[in-house]
Amino acid sequence: MVFLVISLVTLIAAILSLESRELVYGAVALALSFLGVAAIFILLDALYLAMFQILVYIGSISVLIIFVIMLVRREKWSTIKSGNERIVGIVTALTFFLVIGYVSYNSGLSNIITPNSSIPDFYDIGIQMINDYWLILEVTGLVLAVSVIGALTMAKIERKN
Amino acid sequence: MEPLFNYFILSLALLSVGIYGLIAKRNAIRLLFSVEIIINAAIINFVAFARYSETPIVTGQTFAIFAIALAAAEAAVGLAIIVQAFRLNNDIDVLELKKLRG
Repeated sequence: MVFLVISLVTLIAAILSLESRELVYGAVALALSFLGVAAIFILLDALYLAMFQILVYIGSISVLIIFVIMLVRREKWSTIKSGNERIVGIVTALTFFLVIGYVSYNSGLSNIITPNSSIPDFYDIGIQMINDYWLILEVTGLVLAVSVIGALTMAKIERKN
Repeated sequence: MEPLFNYFILSLALLSVGIYGLIAKRNAIRLLFSVEIIINAAIINFVAFARYSETPIVTGQTFAIFAIALAAAEAAVGLAIIVQAFRLNNDIDVLELKKLRG
């Protein structure tokens, strides 16, 4: 029951973030959808990951998106009509959902009912991140640094004329 | 707890919503929304499949943390590109950004 409510909120907020008339409301709905995903993580006993999701997604990405929307907002965006693309998108997404859902329902995936008994905590995540995946950790830090430098460089380009 | 298939269907539905947004929307910021929704669907799958595996592992959560960090970097660069395109073209409709067309 809890799962049903949370997943419905997540899905409706995701659809609303794409379909809302005003872009700022869309960004707020996207933050609500991220919050629903964090609740899904809590249901999956991943408390640390839920905290990380709320910190990074709602705390930084949503706020960054809202700031950018306020910088580049135009009134005419709410009047752009999308013609054929919407029908093509709905048909493609529905076909994808139905085909993959049907195939996976008939596979062995729907037989897995119970999770394993031990609940992993963030101590294990830290141990594994340092011992096994230290190279990925280093490269992730490098990618973050490079992306910050790239964003700053792009923000400094002046208009030519 | 719920069976694994429910989490899989939720992730699949989120992925479908993201694909619909990528196809149907013309505003660059909404395309960025779609990419974030798709990344969230992938992370749900990571965590759910790790939780329901036969041997207890945390690899799914570890890689979910890496994926969230990379999504943050991607959002920062994407928003910088959008702001720059807006400053150069005064518009972020992706059908109007034609300067790279050969």
